[in-house]
Amino acid sequence: MAKPASSPSSTPKVTQRAADRIFAGSARGAGITILVTLAAVTIFLLAEGAPALTADPEDIAILDGQPFLAYVTPLVFGTLWAAALALLMAFPVAVGIALFISHYAPRKIAVPLGYVLDLLAAVPSVVYGLWGGTILAPGMRPLYGWLEENLGFIPLFAGPASGTGRTIFTAALVLAVMVLPIITAVSREVFLQTPKLYEEAALALGATRFEMIRMVVLPGGRAGVISASMLGLGRALGETLAVAMVLSATGVITVNLISSVNPSTIAANVALSFPEASGLNVNALIASGLILFAITLIVNSIARWIINRRKDFSGAN
Amino acid sequence: MSQIATASTANYYASNRLPSYAVGLLLVIAFVLSWGGFSFLRPEGAEDGVNLPLVGVVTALVFGVLQYVTSLIVEGSRRAIDRTVTLLVTLAFVLAMIPLLSLLYTVVSLGAERFDYDFFNYSMRNVVGEGGGAAHAMAGTFIMTALATLISVPVGLLTSIYLVEYSAGNRLARSITFFVDVMTGIPSIVAGLFAYSLFSLILGPGTRVGIAGAAALSVLMIPIVVRSSEEMLRLVPNELREASYALGVPKWLTIVKVVLPTALAGITTGVMLAIARVMGETAPLLIAAGFSNNFNFNPFSDRMQSLPNFVYYSYVAQGSVPEAYLDRAWAGALTLILIVMALNLGARLVTNIFAPKYGR
Repeated sequence: MAKPASSPSSTPKVTQRAADRIFAGSARGAGITILVTLAAVTIFLLAEGAPALTADPEDIAILDGQPFLAYVTPLVFGTLWAAALALLMAFPVAVGIALFISHYAPRKIAVPLGYVLDLLAAVPSVVYGLWGGTILAPGMRPLYGWLEENLGFIPLFAGPASGTGRTIFTAALVLAVMVLPIITAVSREVFLQTPKLYEEAALALGATRFEMIRMVVLPGGRAGVISASMLGLGRALGETLAVAMVLSATGVITVNLISSVNPSTIAANVALSFPEASGLNVNALIASGLILFAITLIVNSIARWIINRRKDFSGAN
Repeated sequence: MSQIATASTANYYASNRLPSYAVGLLLVIAFVLSWGGFSFLRPEGAEDGVNLPLVGVVTALVFGVLQYVTSLIVEGSRRAIDRTVTLLVTLAFVLAMIPLLSLLYTVVSLGAERFDYDFFNYSMRNVVGEGGGAAHAMAGTFIMTALATLISVPVGLLTSIYLVEYSAGNRLARSITFFVDVMTGIPSIVAGLFAYSLFSLILGPGTRVGIAGAAALSVLMIPIVVRSSEEMLRLVPNELREASYALGVPKWLTIVKVVLPTALAGITTGVMLAIARVMGETAPLLIAAGFSNNFNFNPFSDRMQSLPNFVYYSYVAQGSVPEAYLDRAWAGALTLILIVMALNLGARLVTNIFAPKYGR
């Protein structure tokens, strides 16, 4: 303290304490651990999945003699089909709820509703599966019967209607219910970030509430809503148990929504086959998991790209 | 001016608007119409009563049309559209509440059946029919979640400290942020496959142990912890750090004694939400930790049951007395939901009570 600073002309030397260096090092190390983990996930899946691609299909029991590609194509189709159906059902409803909470419901109701939705987003998927399998599937049977009778000429409802209700449509409905709180939560946040002054300006110019929403709230929230639904899509693609517990799958490609012959999804197929699998079968299942990983990676990258592209215009990040 | 003065017989600003009771009146009319329609048009000798959900759907339709037409005549097309959209948005909300309420109701009502002393104190060892419990599954869930938390929180928290305090947005930080995003999107079952492959290579093929389950859960948990802690650390005002540096406190002590305590409430909330999220994961544990009917407190050997997997197997493999297995599944689901909700509410309480209040 008594000594003056040694040389004010040169930059003052920052004392590097050992503790400082240890702390900084461990923080950096933790960050690198994450990169290593992700690399490990990819490498291990590749290493364990590769034997399924190179081995003779005859040696892998679950492939049933067909090449790996023929085995996995219906699964990929089922995964995309179920997730797309779920998103198609959930998206309009989720945007509606988000608008209801952000702009229609009185504040007193809106805040608790937000809490309830957050809680529902946290309900484990196995509970949704249990509910879908025991309550929803039997409840859907009358509807399937009616659809087959009256709309049977459309290939989607060609039937014959499933006797158990465990169809791809029921599975997609469960997925829709699951992703609904996720899409709603993000969309609501985005809608709430619309500048109050813009809304008031639109209303002051004589716009009705819907016109205000269409001209002010929706354009500002578009990127956020799209990325929210991409997140929901990612969740629906990777969802395992809810599908495994609801769907009765046969591994075919069909757009028939209500029959008992349904395509399975990658994740559900792995969950159902893995506990009994051994040897090369395990490798085949891991390879299919790798494909699922790639699909969700693409979907999430698109979502991220949309968010980054519109970052400056919206609060969606 | 004179025109207005003469035209305003009652209230000028309320003219061309539907009175407030009109909506209620139209709703009643729509309900009466559809209910009556269904009661009268029912085929002779139909045993079942009026289909209530169908009446609801038709009522909504009739009400929508009635309201649109009335509003169109009295208020013009813009307000008619506005009213219709209001109806649609409200309907979307009601529509979504149906499955969610149905889910909660069934879980509570069916789960209460076996939500008893035995359920929390017995395992499924040597149980084939009724009785038994999920104590072994709960023990497994707590062990694996605790291990996953022990792995994820230090790694996640240190990473977020690196990102916020040390990196200054360099190349490594940008790639970490990108790959944390990628990790957020890993499907849970893929995390399970990874943990399984990892431990198969180390301990021999077919290994299913508790620690593998914990590793799978960590892969899912780390990105959530990183994201939430990073956000919280960024919220700490820079003035606090500068004040600490000005007093000659070294950087690491500033972080430990100033930055972290300020952000602690937010970080705790994030960690609790992450725990709630992984606790309900079924697929990765199904793959990596397997399934068991017995107590197993050692995560390094043998399979370990978890609560979500207990629910799954009770449902999929209904034994000789399906009723008993389903009852146990529902009780397990109820327990899971209660734990998850308690964690969520606890997280909110932490935020509300301990978060530092700035201004306002």
